[in-house]
Amino acid sequence: MNLELAQVSRWYGNVVAVNDVTMTVGPGVTGLLGPNGAGKSTLLHMMAGFLAPSGGTVTLDGTRIWHNHEIYRSIGLVPEREAVYGFLTGWQFVLSSARLHRLPDPDDAARKALAMVEMESAADRRIETYSKGMRQRVKVAAALVHDPQVLLLDEPFNGMDPRQRMHLMDLIRSMGAAGKTILFSSHILEEVERVAQQIEVVVAGRHAASGDFREIRRRMTDRPHLFRVRSSDDRRLASALIADASAGAVSLTEAGLEVRAVDFRRFTWLLPRVARDAGVRVWQISPADEDLESVFSYLINRSR
Amino acid sequence: MNGVIAGISYRALLGRRRIWLLALLPVVLLGLAVLLRAVGADGERATVQLLQNFAIGVMLPLLGLIAGTGVIAPEIDDGTIIHLLAKPISRPVIAQTKFLVAASVVAAFATVPTFLAAYLLVGLESGVAAGFALGALIGGVAYAAVFMLLGVVTRHAVTVGIAYAVIWEGLVGNLVPGARRFSIQQWAQTVADQISSSAFLTTGIGLGFAATALAVVTVGGVVWAGQRLRSFSLTGDE
Repeated sequence: MNLELAQVSRWYGNVVAVNDVTMTVGPGVTGLLGPNGAGKSTLLHMMAGFLAPSGGTVTLDGTRIWHNHEIYRSIGLVPEREAVYGFLTGWQFVLSSARLHRLPDPDDAARKALAMVEMESAADRRIETYSKGMRQRVKVAAALVHDPQVLLLDEPFNGMDPRQRMHLMDLIRSMGAAGKTILFSSHILEEVERVAQQIEVVVAGRHAASGDFREIRRRMTDRPHLFRVRSSDDRRLASALIADASAGAVSLTEAGLEVRAVDFRRFTWLLPRVARDAGVRVWQISPADEDLESVFSYLINRSR
Repeated sequence: MNGVIAGISYRALLGRRRIWLLALLPVVLLGLAVLLRAVGADGERATVQLLQNFAIGVMLPLLGLIAGTGVIAPEIDDGTIIHLLAKPISRPVIAQTKFLVAASVVAAFATVPTFLAAYLLVGLESGVAAGFALGALIGGVAYAAVFMLLGVVTRHAVTVGIAYAVIWEGLVGNLVPGARRFSIQQWAQTVADQISSSAFLTTGIGLGFAATALAVVTVGGVVWAGQRLRSFSLTGDE
């Protein structure tokens, strides 16, 4: 199923929280990435039917989401706030979810959902005795109980210990591989990098970038890229490269050459040719800043 | 009406110590009745005054406030309501279910003690016990609807509810004759007056008006709450 946002804006009084965002979230895992306060939750709430867009439309396979409770047959939502009915046991909570969905066999569905998040052993304890990570997992189980085609998770890894986090990441990945449409928000880069195939970056209410991580990176041709190059003759390669404007700065280090490429396309085209003409054999080219953190901070700075 | 939602709501409302909060006022009412009887002031006049001023005037609005707001406001406050709202269930049905839970709790905690207090003092004389019990029942149901609506509409439901109960119903409704027509307590007493033949109970409002007003307030409150829930928004912390 496809979640579609078309020119969606949301403002609170004079404050614009989301500004003219158009994006399609399809099957697979999509990470909604952005710093705190960027508008991730606002976007997610609009996708989940818990906020009306001030402008534009939010639809699921063409069906409007706002004011439409029927969409919850297809959507599972894991809200960020950890509050759950503390007086219920995990089992009662997930079972209530199955019953509210009027599933034909709520007991079976609840059992499966609890097994999926590995919460069977604690299922008979009251939720108020759970740790933050356990609450999160039981919320995920309640959201999955009706086997929804679309799963929306707001900062799902918050408060989880590394093992729980890994487990939820595996679960999300396998659901994405099974063709479900999954979107989760996060401000933590390594989480998104590890789980999502598709990344939507939101910065200051605007849709700053979209694509897989490498694609986002490639599109930003105006961004200086740092490469580490090792070759048979670094000194000779350096002097050949520096003659071209696309290599902004070249420095010679112990580990090889560090080249700051100003024009990404031209540089990738140039390097092999320059090396060949200079008679230098290139052993290794590696991007030195190909991590999400640097892409992210670049995007934030650019949109300011 | 949804059984799962009703079950969760009853547990939230009556679970653990909260039930004592609801039981407190009825216990005070019965205690006052016992006291009046013990000092020999158990005439019909004193009974009617006790029921008017305490049972209908104090206990009923406060029970309505505790149950009416309690059935939904805390869940909205802490976000647990999302568990119910993110389901393929129409929001008006959720509001109706919450209302039925609140109304039944107010009815149980107000009607029975009111009848018992009157019965302790004057038995079944002049229909005082039956009249006030019915008045408490119908008034309590209306209060449940109004306060549940408050719980949906404002985050300060308890404050607004107390202000309403004390200022409007307590002062204005009792002192300003015109405002009396727009007071749930007065409508409840009108209902009581229909059954009771006591000369000490007089009301200035016709049954037609009171019954219509009670119906409008109750139905209106539930319908409006349902509509507000349809547009329930999470504004997030950002």
